Amino acid sequence: MSGQINRLNSGLVDHGQSLNFTFDGKSYQGLAGDTLASALLANGVRLMGRSFKYHRPRGVLTAGSEEPNALVELRQGGRQEPNTRATVAELYDGLEAQSQNRWPSLQRDLMAVNDLFSNFLTAGFYYKTFMWPKAFWETLYEPIIRRAAGLGSVSGEDDPDVYDKGFLHCDLLVIGAGPAGLSAALTAGRAGARVILADEDFALGGRLNSESFAISDMAGSAWAAQTVAELTSMDNVRLLPRTTVVGAFDHGIYGAVERIADHKPQPGTAEPRQIFWRIYSKRAVLCAGATERPIAFPNNDRPGIMMAGAVRSYANRWAATPHERVAVFTNNDDGHRTATDLIAKGVQVAAVIDTRADAPAIDGTECFAGAQVIDSKGRLGLETVTIRTAQGFTSEIICGALAVSGGWNPNVHLTCHQRGRPQWNEALAAFVPGESLPIGLSVAGAAAGALSTHGAMETGAARAVEALADLGIQATPGDLPQAEDAPVNLQPFWYVKDGKGRAWIDQQNDVTVKDVKLAHQENFVSVEHLKRYTTLGMATDQGKTSNMGGLAVMAEMTGKSIPETGTTIFRPPYTPVAMGTLAGRAVGKQFHPTRKTPSHKWATEQGAVFTEVGDWLRAQWYPRKGETHWRQSVDREVLATRNSVGVCDVTTLGKIDVQGADAAEFLNKIYANGFAKLPVGKVRYGLMLREDGIAYDDGTAARFAEDHFVVTTTTANAVLVYRQMEFARQCLWPDLDVQLISTTEAWAQYAVAGPNSRRLLQKIVDAEFDISNDAFPFMACGEITVCGGCRARLFRISFSGELAYEIAVPTRYGDALIRALMEAGEEFDVTPYGTEALGVMRIEKGHATGNEINGTTTALNLGLGRMVSKKKDCIGNTLSERGGLNEPDALRLVGLKPVNATQTVTAGGHLMNKDGPVDAAHDQGYVTSAAYSPNLGSSIGLGFLKNGADRIGEVIRLVNPLEGSETEVEVVSAHFVDPEGERLRA
Amino acid sequence: MHKLKAITALGASEPKVSTIGDMTLTEVTDRALASLSMRLGQDTKFIKRAKDTLGIELPDSGSANLGSPYSAFWIGPDSWMIDASYASHHAIAADLKSAMQDTASVVEQTDGWCRFDVTGNSACDLFERLCNVDIRTMQAQKATRCAIHHIGCYLWCIEAGTRFAVLGPRSSAGSLYHALEEAAQSIGAR
Repeated sequence: MSGQINRLNSGLVDHGQSLNFTFDGKSYQGLAGDTLASALLANGVRLMGRSFKYHRPRGVLTAGSEEPNALVELRQGGRQEPNTRATVAELYDGLEAQSQNRWPSLQRDLMAVNDLFSNFLTAGFYYKTFMWPKAFWETLYEPIIRRAAGLGSVSGEDDPDVYDKGFLHCDLLVIGAGPAGLSAALTAGRAGARVILADEDFALGGRLNSESFAISDMAGSAWAAQTVAELTSMDNVRLLPRTTVVGAFDHGIYGAVERIADHKPQPGTAEPRQIFWRIYSKRAVLCAGATERPIAFPNNDRPGIMMAGAVRSYANRWAATPHERVAVFTNNDDGHRTATDLIAKGVQVAAVIDTRADAPAIDGTECFAGAQVIDSKGRLGLETVTIRTAQGFTSEIICGALAVSGGWNPNVHLTCHQRGRPQWNEALAAFVPGESLPIGLSVAGAAAGALSTHGAMETGAARAVEALADLGIQATPGDLPQAEDAPVNLQPFWYVKDGKGRAWIDQQNDVTVKDVKLAHQENFVSVEHLKRYTTLGMATDQGKTSNMGGLAVMAEMTGKSIPETGTTIFRPPYTPVAMGTLAGRAVGKQFHPTRKTPSHKWATEQGAVFTEVGDWLRAQWYPRKGETHWRQSVDREVLATRNSVGVCDVTTLGKIDVQGADAAEFLNKIYANGFAKLPVGKVRYGLMLREDGIAYDDGTAARFAEDHFVVTTTTANAVLVYRQMEFARQCLWPDLDVQLISTTEAWAQYAVAGPNSRRLLQKIVDAEFDISNDAFPFMACGEITVCGGCRARLFRISFSGELAYEIAVPTRYGDALIRALMEAGEEFDVTPYGTEALGVMRIEKGHATGNEINGTTTALNLGLGRMVSKKKDCIGNTLSERGGLNEPDALRLVGLKPVNATQTVTAGGHLMNKDGPVDAAHDQGYVTSAAYSPNLGSSIGLGFLKNGADRIGEVIRLVNPLEGSETEVEVVSAHFVDPEGERLRA
Repeated sequence: MHKLKAITALGASEPKVSTIGDMTLTEVTDRALASLSMRLGQDTKFIKRAKDTLGIELPDSGSANLGSPYSAFWIGPDSWMIDASYASHHAIAADLKSAMQDTASVVEQTDGWCRFDVTGNSACDLFERLCNVDIRTMQAQKATRCAIHHIGCYLWCIEAGTRFAVLGPRSSAGSLYHALEEAAQSIGAR
């Protein structure tokens, strides 16, 4: 134990197991069971960080997750983790910690010059100081401030660790494993309920591990260990140590972060660092304990000035003291416990300074009743405190640590996560949970204001019994062991008014009593405004030790009571959660699932370039040797298809199987155009409208039987259209006999397009099926077999404008079919084509896609106005007749060609008359799609133009005001290729 | 026998089997599937024909019924997924339609889905990392819809606690398998 000058005897650390660690590069030793904070204190290190704004030297204030000061960076490289609270960082052999927010060193931080200018850096100084000149804010002030501010840093390297997410279920979730939580879990566990007990600490027991008093005839920590052992033996109880419940959400769902490997140098192979659990509870009991609050006094932020309960924890649990000589400053009996325990541990207690005039005496040290601490000294650590006695004398007391207790605040945070408000308890001078709690949650122990051990155990058991009774599970609280049941004896005292120097309320944000007063003076009197103006209660600790002090000062300023002043809203997470934990496994290529087409493996072998279409990966083009630019590949694919035959995987299009006696009537209502009379064996193009009359989606419906259709949708809208149809089936027309199911994944479907497409297909379609033009004309469909008996579906439809088919086989044969098509097509120089060539050919043909059916356009705009049948009703029919959608000069889909063939049509550009101003008032329309047409040897585009149908041949301008470009374009038919449709009927 | 050679959902010629810790992940390719939906107003005839055809009762919501040659699990109001051996029932949809006639709509679903069977004593631990199903209370012959790695799946409990079937969309087989594999490795690491 060399160097551990402040290490005490006993405690819950393992004195036989030393652990090596470094802090700012210096080597230390601690013990198994230590936190980084306790190990540093044991080694005599009180200075652990620098403050946020003024870079004042700071030491550890607390012993828990509420810590505002002792924030460090752990580990290095991709695992470097900033703003880790040393109080909850479990020590492991080889731990490397760095202090942060200082330069060049913690002891000599040059940024501490800020402290000299503190009179200028008061609350709201940003808003006052950096107002002029306005332009300097973004260019100068903000970058400088951002560089100067902030706490820790990250390496910028990828985090090499993995994070899991998971889902747990229970009858009763117990949040916190102190005396109340253990009692609740024990009661519920013995009753046979499914219980989850979660605690942020690695040692379950809460304050039982920090206090010296006994439960029955054993130490509190021993009772905790015994209870944990019993709970561990129960199959129906799941213990989650190192797990912080960070949020209370709807329906009894709680978010919890389990730290699996934070206490190791690095996670084991495949082991997650943390797991974010969603816990589905039928009932929950919050046993989150309480947080001790400081008393503000001048220069109360020196390293060594700590919470009294924390000093007690370090002594009793971690066998460490911040200094060999400690004083206590308190307004309640609990502070006296610290003095008593320290004396029992052999630590010299210089004095107890108690603000209460009737403070009790204490054995082993002097108690100054009615006294206050009015100042402190010590550059990098506390050396003395100055007190003013009840008689008005001042006196200096030598001490290296001061244990401060201003009372305890119940941890009500989770009770407020659904907008509940805490209520004031005068006896405790603290907020306790209000009546409006998250449904299914009750509160026990110190979190409910029951601050004695007996009270905690009693309420824990009682809440568990009540919660289980709601679920029909009978439970009885066991005989409670004998435990401490002292009343709360406290006289509220928030801050010392005497003395010189700044009295710090929020040490993490460097907010002083004076800052709060200044905020009030400047009329920021709402607590929410106070928080934002002064930053009190912000950052990683969310003001767990400071909010009450700020409220008390504000209440005094406004002349209101603290409950009248109110609290800010508590929001999840209770403690900081790493972004990686929230992301879980959804990172990098696994950010979303991938959908692969049936030809994916084959396309990969061909060297295809893939593009993401939603979750789908589709071949974009298939580069060949010698091609150095994507356009070369795409132009080749387009020309090869139009001149001979090409094949494209179109499996991604949505396929919905529609069956039932009323299937035709159903589709008649879904589509704008008629389907009732579509003959069996035929396909029809269909257009769907939204209820507001805007075009929704297009596709085809093939009729395989009187009561059986297969509908196709666009790739993007496959799920949405299915959902819309299912809604219509269930809610709009439940009396129709219709059944729907998606078959998108079940069939591998390929477009085979080009003048040789029939000849190619005839080589693989089994001979008994005649697919000649007479037997299988344009828009025919049928069930056939291919390659010697494989079931298939054949559709004679064309998106490219060529003689074309779509052929589908069960998906498992999709890979084999593309290979068969390629082999059979060799004599025709068959060419696979990707989505780019698909796009070029559909633009050449003037077919609309999502660019044109873009949520703002109508059937009329698309040139499909006559498809909206007036002989029947359908979704969107009535509202498509709205005047606003049918203006005489309504936008119409047109084709666009540059007057100068070397110029380019660009999508997104706007259309203006040939002459006249270029502004929104004179806008004539816009370009939706553009491509280079290798068939026309020119750039072409599709767009919407006012009254476009009557402007064919007109020359207009395509403008891009942002980039200052203008191109003269000729308005032409949208059907650049085969406007008469002769090819597709050939 | 036709000339086209099938590949598995994971893109191989043979189904993938992996053992990770005490968990075995098995790609299942030898099952045929068809959806069976009752036509409007056909309740009596449908139930009788289904019983006669399948030899099992159609299960209630959230449930499955294991039989031979047919098994079934519930997928929606008046709708079930029927399962049988692919070797003997590759024409499952046609067979069922022929038997059910106009009392039902039948749609082939065999290749719409990939299936991975997860077996092992840590199966509950694994699914706790993947979906919000209360897996530890899930009894044999229960089946439910759930999301795994953002993928809509059916989870079918074959043996409580130790054997489950996951059916997911075939195109996402790789992502789904990856999620199962990572979870198995994560469990195995503890």
